[in-house]
Amino acid sequence: MYSNKVLDHGTPASKSPKQVTLQVDGKPVTVPAGTSVMRAAVDAGVKVPKLCATDTLDAFGSCRLCVVEIEGRRGYPASCTTPCEDGMSVTTQSDKLADLRRGVMELYISDHPLDCLTCTANGNCELQDMAGAVGLREVRYGYEGDNHLDAEKDRSNPYFTFDPSKCIVCSRCVRACDEVQGTFALTVEGRGFESQIAAGPTNFLDSECVSCGACVQACPTATLMENSLEEQGQPDHAVTTTCAYCGVGCSFRAEMKGNEVVRMVPHKDGKANHGHSCVKGRFAWGYATHPDRVTSPMIREKITDPWREVSWEEAFAHTAKEVKRIQAKYGRGSAGGITSSRCTNEETFLVQKLVRAAFGNNNVDTCARVCHSPTGYGLKQTLGESAGTQDFDSVEHTDCVIVIGANPTDGHPVFASRMKQRLRAQKRGEDGAGLIVIDPRQIDLVRTPHIEADYHLQLRPGTNVAVMNSLAHVVVTEGLASDDYIAERCDPAEFEKWKAFISEERNSPEVLESETGVPADQIRGAARLFAKAPNGAIYYGLGVTEHSQGSTTVMTIANLAMVTGNIGRPGVGVNPLRGQNNVQGSCDMGSFPHELPGYRHVSDGSVRTLFQDKWGVEIDPEPGLRIPNMFDAALDGSFKALYVQGEDIAQSDPDTQHVLAALSSLELLIVQDIFMNETAKYAHVILPGSSFLEKDGTFTNAERRISRVRKVMPPLAGLADWEVTVKLSEALGYPMNYEHPSEIMAEIAALTPTFTGVTYEKIDELGSIQWPCNDKAPEGTPYMHSEEFVRGKGRFFVTNYVATPERTTRKFPLILTTGRILSQYNVGAQTRRTDNQVWHDEDVLELHPHDAELRGIEDGDMVAMTSRQGNTTMRAVITERMQPGVVYTTFHHPESGANVVTTDNSDWATNCPEYKVTAVQVSKVVKDKSDWQQGFDRIEQEQDSLLPSRRAQQPGTTN
Amino acid sequence: MSVRVFVPRDSASKSVGADEVAQALQLALGDAATIVRNGSRGMLWLEPLVEVETDAGRIAYGPVTVDDVAGLVAAGLTAGGEHELRLGPTAELPWMQRQERLTFARVGVTDPVDADEYERHGGIVGLKKAVAMAPGDIVEEVVASGLRGRGGAGFPAGIKWRTVLEAPGEPKYIACNADEGDSGTFSDRMIMEGDPYLMLEGMAITGLAVGATEGWIYLRSEYPDAKVILETAIERARERGWIGDDVLGSGKRFEIVLRIGAGSYVCGEETAMLESLEGKRGIVRQKPPLPAHEGLWGKPTVVNNVMTLAAVPWILAHGGAAYAAHGVGRSKGTLPVQLAGNIKQGGLVEVPFGITLRELIEDFGGGTASGRPIRTIQVGGPLGAYLPPAAFDTALDYEALTAAGGLLGHGGIVVFDDTVDMARMARYAMEFCAIESCGKCTPCRIGSTRGVEVIDRIVKGEDRGKNVALLQDLCATMKDASLCAMGGLTPLPVQSALEHFPEDFRPETAPTGVSSSS
Repeated sequence: MYSNKVLDHGTPASKSPKQVTLQVDGKPVTVPAGTSVMRAAVDAGVKVPKLCATDTLDAFGSCRLCVVEIEGRRGYPASCTTPCEDGMSVTTQSDKLADLRRGVMELYISDHPLDCLTCTANGNCELQDMAGAVGLREVRYGYEGDNHLDAEKDRSNPYFTFDPSKCIVCSRCVRACDEVQGTFALTVEGRGFESQIAAGPTNFLDSECVSCGACVQACPTATLMENSLEEQGQPDHAVTTTCAYCGVGCSFRAEMKGNEVVRMVPHKDGKANHGHSCVKGRFAWGYATHPDRVTSPMIREKITDPWREVSWEEAFAHTAKEVKRIQAKYGRGSAGGITSSRCTNEETFLVQKLVRAAFGNNNVDTCARVCHSPTGYGLKQTLGESAGTQDFDSVEHTDCVIVIGANPTDGHPVFASRMKQRLRAQKRGEDGAGLIVIDPRQIDLVRTPHIEADYHLQLRPGTNVAVMNSLAHVVVTEGLASDDYIAERCDPAEFEKWKAFISEERNSPEVLESETGVPADQIRGAARLFAKAPNGAIYYGLGVTEHSQGSTTVMTIANLAMVTGNIGRPGVGVNPLRGQNNVQGSCDMGSFPHELPGYRHVSDGSVRTLFQDKWGVEIDPEPGLRIPNMFDAALDGSFKALYVQGEDIAQSDPDTQHVLAALSSLELLIVQDIFMNETAKYAHVILPGSSFLEKDGTFTNAERRISRVRKVMPPLAGLADWEVTVKLSEALGYPMNYEHPSEIMAEIAALTPTFTGVTYEKIDELGSIQWPCNDKAPEGTPYMHSEEFVRGKGRFFVTNYVATPERTTRKFPLILTTGRILSQYNVGAQTRRTDNQVWHDEDVLELHPHDAELRGIEDGDMVAMTSRQGNTTMRAVITERMQPGVVYTTFHHPESGANVVTTDNSDWATNCPEYKVTAVQVSKVVKDKSDWQQGFDRIEQEQDSLLPSRRAQQPGTTN
Repeated sequence: MSVRVFVPRDSASKSVGADEVAQALQLALGDAATIVRNGSRGMLWLEPLVEVETDAGRIAYGPVTVDDVAGLVAAGLTAGGEHELRLGPTAELPWMQRQERLTFARVGVTDPVDADEYERHGGIVGLKKAVAMAPGDIVEEVVASGLRGRGGAGFPAGIKWRTVLEAPGEPKYIACNADEGDSGTFSDRMIMEGDPYLMLEGMAITGLAVGATEGWIYLRSEYPDAKVILETAIERARERGWIGDDVLGSGKRFEIVLRIGAGSYVCGEETAMLESLEGKRGIVRQKPPLPAHEGLWGKPTVVNNVMTLAAVPWILAHGGAAYAAHGVGRSKGTLPVQLAGNIKQGGLVEVPFGITLRELIEDFGGGTASGRPIRTIQVGGPLGAYLPPAAFDTALDYEALTAAGGLLGHGGIVVFDDTVDMARMARYAMEFCAIESCGKCTPCRIGSTRGVEVIDRIVKGEDRGKNVALLQDLCATMKDASLCAMGGLTPLPVQSALEHFPEDFRPETAPTGVSSSS
């Protein structure tokens, strides 16, 4: 329920093209066939009382408050479950209906506490509203009868409380969990008067509940209520903004009390999430005001010196002076910057502008380097644009889904719920879509309530290209290719070349079986299922890109989509699931060392001229350094100054020890972040960052959707991130004159052909815009390549499978692959500072029972994991989700040091690191921490003691 | 050749010792007799009813106990010899003669699981005709028969079938409602235990008629004997090609799946039954969509009661017109009526519509078992009205019963003598609803519990006028606002008791007083 009343139509909109006209209380109204009488009434301006109906859920018909009279029909049908018919005449108010509604309400209230004034929902309770609407004046049953008033509260979930004494058993929570989230964690226990909502046999925390908040959102009373609301009371205003976690980019309403967030509520009109959320966006926002927030700029000479809090002015002056000193001493190319996929488009644009205009080089890169750079490269080459082809809504029209190298239920939970809605069969008599999961692990999607993958191709890590090639081989050699589509849309010469290649026997599933570990008949079955589906869509994640053949795999995906004719309409496409909230945007904004905004190469003179004219500087025609090159150059001594905005490279980049050595060799490391992250331990300047709640701007999600981020509270340290970059640039002698981020967007639009139509006014008007947005597509582009590919003809690429150099040996017999978990986000800097810790307070190593037994490892044992690169220690979890020979972990906790063991192998085209394949050995240990971890603890302690706040607590130390 | 002696395996017969009698007879007669375990003839006061096959037809003896066996054998049972328990030729018993047994023609006559006997006694004729007919023609034959749903709602079966036949969507299903939960009803059980092939044949014909390829039976968990018999019958029917991938060589598939119910009364409501069949909680679905459009697994589904489906083979074999020749008005054909409660001769009689309630309870039933005057009867299960003697001349007819303030339901009649406390019965109706409500809709979920509380207060004499008015208001809310018939019809027994027997609701005139018993 929204605190600030939002119009609720009662039932979902009908998508029928047919229109019917009826009368509601004498008012004519025309609606699509299949619309409920209740919804039509709302359209006609008539509100029918209701409790169990809400427009995010299918009609249920249980509360019986919404009964109406329909001319020519017997009885009193529920308006929520009655579809409109042409010529129908509906009466929503009569003496009889009033009696019935009052009768029902009298029953409700006879089993409900009368503590409205002290209730959490006071002022925002549908039961209270309806009691008022039906004019209930007396409960003649008294309050002595059987009741649930003494039912105990369930406070197990850290974010919300379940109070069954207030429950009216409308099942909205159960239905939200089933229909919207698709977890099926809730049920109604017992029957009749004993019916009660239950989350498993014990409580919410121990149940299957994923704490997405859909149930809380759906509850019309105080039964499921945020704890924050209980503590703070009802909010007084709401601001629509965009979540700063994953690449789904959910729209939220920040419900506020002054400058304080009371709760974050998913926005029903949000086009990415349609009113749904996950545990992170919905509840894990407390980090924004966590005491660990850095609120003052700090500087120091050496990384062993104590930090000194300084004014912003001093911080900028000092930093500018240092940059100039270093560039004077080591050359213009000795400085660089890293933009953040967590910051706004405007902020990212400014950082790359600062590097190009004020540093005077192209040494700018972004964290997309380590996640989706192969997507940008691979899709640009094959299709002509570095972005996913579809919107999320497209999945509704899909008949067969391939999920490869992605774990949507953990990594992109809100989209996963959408996908699951499509995959679940039998809703309204439709058949669910087919599902092919290509993943070394048995991810949840393989078998989850009412969904079972048709094929789970459980490949060995590192063999994506082989599997994708063999799928395409089957399509081509069995005559399943979409010949007409290819002839019309694709480059014929390249296709013929590819066709000859892919048809070769060495690409057949039978030949590749020994390499991939996937039985040939499964590959054949999956290929046929996908090729024969009218609409097939491929969704992928970092399990595709973070490999030595990451870019090649992206091309195999494009090849398979083209050969089956699956690009250019709803229900199909190549869909990268982006990791971070603005990874698409940071790439769009020219964060790469070789590209200016809009993916245009720096060597292109006409593009450079455009920017030079606008910016009034010369732009270096030579590409700059990528992140790994920066590290190498730092170790060589030629790269000395680095400006890192909102990115924790010390934790997130592979081969930690190499990274730390590189950072230690810098003379100036400027870290702009909201927390003292791992990288900050090696920094000389700290510029406090601002959270997404403290600034204006835009994020671009995985579907190219540009959504507004709106400031709901002032920045804790006084400046928004974009203002920091502006002032730093000014100190460097290159003034940037922006009063508001909208002016930065205006500049982006003026310089970028895919953004020319984007303005803040238009985003406000439309809610969000999917680029390209220009004269050809003034309201944006939900799906791309509709008539022809952006590059003209789609281009097939020959994709030879080359095994990764990372090989298992007797010494390192297991393959480590890495991933994510639902409750934590990326390096965990945000989520570790919230109650999400109750779900995952340490990273664990998953391994197959067979591998565990060989090594005498039992569930819960501490184990050492050693690679050629390094070693670390973590707790073992034995699970058959893993295949024998493959182990798995996450990297949400810095002390786990997952990236201490990962290698410096990377994608041949983009240097995206190969996080997903590392040969390791695992053994049971007695000591809890590896040498690296003990070193980590030491540095952690040392650096902690250098913080002003910590030193102030120690007697005898002075500043 | 040994003589065939029949001892029912019907669970009503078994409950009074039929198994033991059969065993004793086998032991006493040895090779001289073959004991056939047949269905029950429906004369439950005579169970265990032993029959012996003679040249003069089948001779009945009953009720037979184990203790009687030696005497019977000595009296020449195998030749139909004289004995005090000898009732004469079964077919000539008045109870049997006054019936019109179309559906129950074979029940009690044959060995229920003997497929040969089923065929010999006229089985599979309807199915054979059906495989040669176009689906639409089968449907029209059933439309012409005037057959109405025997589960309670009385909706014309043929019209429902036509809807499913015309509904888009594949596959289509037949769902057979065998969750016979009404008090005083047992006709479904008797068919399933006494002539299971009839129901399977009816389902197969229905499948052919609407283009369904699967039939699901939802059998109430309290019928373990029916389960065993159906399992055997389904297996044998499949072996004979009556059901399976190629029904009677037609190339058409019709498979039957047996599911055991969840032990809840409301699962007999068709949409709750569909939920339960799908493995979910048995709660009522809202309508629309109708099950005919979106039923089992969201696909077009014919939901029919056992009795409805069991009437179908006869209709196909003899024609819709022949069936429609029985009955009155819009109530065509015959109805298997179940007589129970405080009744002298309880059991099952199949009669054409039009017979009066009085004929059923007095002529067939012989009045009360206690010998006291009948005070009321409840027709149509626990949600049926309590009718006073003044209404006993009402005809067995959907419309006539509705006009009399009652309902026909599943054709069960429960008899009460003049010692019954009607306030207690009214309270029981609310209590039953409270126990069995699925809990989905508010009027039924909370209203039934409040109903019990209000009746208790009325009977105690607390604020009588106010509480009676509250009870009437509650009944109105439940009747008009409930989601299904469970909550919607619970007021019927309550209000009829209050209307016809108001004296029982006053502490000073109540026969027993609810408050002391609650």
